[in-house]
Amino acid sequence: MKRRVWIKANQWIACALTIAVLMAGCSQPGGGGGASAPGAADTESASGGTAAPGTGGTAVGFIFVGTKDDHGYNQAAYIGSEAVEKAYPDLKVLRAENVPETAEAERVMEQMIRDGAKIIFPTSYGHLDPALNVAKRHPDVAFFHQGGLKTAENLGTYFGTIWEPIYLAGVAAGKMSKTGKLGYVVSVPIPQVLLNVNAFQLGARSVNPNATTSVVFTGSWCDPGQQANAANSLIDAGVDVITQHQDCTKTIIETAERRGVMSVGYHTDASELAPNGWLTGSSWNWSDLFVDMVKVAVNGEFKGSKYDGKYRGMLKDDIVQLANFGANVPDDVKALVEEKKAALIDGTLHPFAGPVKDQTGNVRIAEGELPTLDELEATDYLVEGVIGNIPK
Amino acid sequence: MIADILTGALRSGTSVMLASQGELVSERAGVINLGTEGAMLAGALGGFAVTVWTGNPWLGVLAGGFCGMLIAAIHAFLVLTCGANQLATGLTIMFFAIGLTSFFGREFVSQRIVGFNPVPIPLLSDIPFVGGILFNHDPLTYLSIALVPCLWYALFRKRLGVILRAAGEREEVLFASGINPKLVRYLAVLAGGCLAGVGGVQLSVAFTHSWVENMTQGRGVVAVALVIFASWKPARAMLGAYLFGAAQALQLTVQQMGWPISTFFLFMVPYLLTLAALLVVERRKQSVTPEALGKVLAGDTGG
Repeated sequence: MKRRVWIKANQWIACALTIAVLMAGCSQPGGGGGASAPGAADTESASGGTAAPGTGGTAVGFIFVGTKDDHGYNQAAYIGSEAVEKAYPDLKVLRAENVPETAEAERVMEQMIRDGAKIIFPTSYGHLDPALNVAKRHPDVAFFHQGGLKTAENLGTYFGTIWEPIYLAGVAAGKMSKTGKLGYVVSVPIPQVLLNVNAFQLGARSVNPNATTSVVFTGSWCDPGQQANAANSLIDAGVDVITQHQDCTKTIIETAERRGVMSVGYHTDASELAPNGWLTGSSWNWSDLFVDMVKVAVNGEFKGSKYDGKYRGMLKDDIVQLANFGANVPDDVKALVEEKKAALIDGTLHPFAGPVKDQTGNVRIAEGELPTLDELEATDYLVEGVIGNIPK
Repeated sequence: MIADILTGALRSGTSVMLASQGELVSERAGVINLGTEGAMLAGALGGFAVTVWTGNPWLGVLAGGFCGMLIAAIHAFLVLTCGANQLATGLTIMFFAIGLTSFFGREFVSQRIVGFNPVPIPLLSDIPFVGGILFNHDPLTYLSIALVPCLWYALFRKRLGVILRAAGEREEVLFASGINPKLVRYLAVLAGGCLAGVGGVQLSVAFTHSWVENMTQGRGVVAVALVIFASWKPARAMLGAYLFGAAQALQLTVQQMGWPISTFFLFMVPYLLTLAALLVVERRKQSVTPEALGKVLAGDTGG
């Protein structure tokens, strides 16, 4: 009898642990959205087949993978959606937060289209495939996807070269660090993430040849417990400047501040979270871009515009920005960073100008070469001086 | 490096440890509560919210414990009064609580609090090696450590413990001595939910100073598994929780070493290591499943 019970217990412990692992891996709860089947809207779109994508709608839809108050990625996009609301009072702005990167996103978008949206902004990297599916069914709807590498007839992607301000933040970090050890808490190994880590390290090394950047993957876009673990672990190992590629950024910045190390922000200016340790950061400025994209689509000019393919806004376009400096950053460091910023804007400085070596010393960008944006967005290596592996 | 990992063990293991002690109380009385994850979440949110409103983290602890208790009360009512299946009910409550706390927690995501901070214990924290690992934590961590021997004493040396365990082993004995076993189970489930809630508070108000939807990320489920592997013994559940925390710290340290081990594999390490170590411990002794619990696990309905 006891034996049998124990076997049973074993079975469900295995089950419980499986659930635990699944839950740890799945950072977003199912949220938002319409409840009807995706097929329901197919018939409606048939009539709109000939109209220019984006015209004739009564609403604009935005879907976010997280919440609007995350001091991060989603908050930046949310602020952009508010600018659209202000610029187009006649258009209803539909928003759905916490939309997972699954077929659920398709349902949410279909619902928005049923509610009159002819323009949709799927704002997370993983919303691309669901958006492509919906775009195929609705040729009269214009889609602007944030950060995607694939496009369609009526789906363009937009993004910013955030690695430019990250490079500048790396310069500040390299100058300010006393130990020369920098830490980068990252999520999952996608090219965007690797590119940013590389930019940060190259920036730091441009002013401190001995600077290293330790990379820690959390496997999630927003898991405060794991973020606090990662930040503490890096600090214990002697890192004195921490930055991150996470969607919610508050926990890491606050942890760094409490433990007395410096931080570099991401997505938005979060200097208020770290009055002592804040150096600077990189942030998105989507407002003007979103308004302009909506204008182009509403006027029926989506096709042939700069937004119908892969649009990338740069530091010089003010799409990506360097955040304000913290109170404890000395003037000479500020001046140096500003000088490099001017050089980036006028094109005399390129963070990835060859030679760029990877961790094993192989030359990835040859002397005198400048990589294209497409090449950079396909980054699959970490540069010299980065400590840590790309998960395979 | 070893000191870092052990410090990390306490830092990230404490929330799991509190939840597992709570689950242990509940299971000793014969009720398994898979909704522990939900009670943790409710505690994490309730504690965070009250800390935001009042600025006092201790009031947050009380509120978090109460919220955890509320979630556990749903479980107790459905299982003990309505006779619902314990496992199915617990799972459902877990997902219910994830949705509920996401909904009510929205406005707290960007809020900032002055929560619990590490308080080094004078003299003791200056002891080399051990001092940093054991005596430089937040007050909730100290309390949680003190809780374990107290719980052991109450369970195995006091009449209260005998009554609790009798509810999980031989309820007819309780009947004979004029005590209502259902009432004992109710109280045990509520106490368990309260401890899980305080575990949630430790996560949100002490460890991360943040609230984010679904922030427990399966820690409550790990706590439930730990209790069974720990053969319902408080000290073993504590060790298991710290081992889980240590493994999390270990995988982060290994990442920084740059060793060629896949990070995706490292993500599994906390679960694998906890599983393996507790299995080894368990092998050496016959299982001591509380009998009422055994019936639940064997597929009989609870109640």
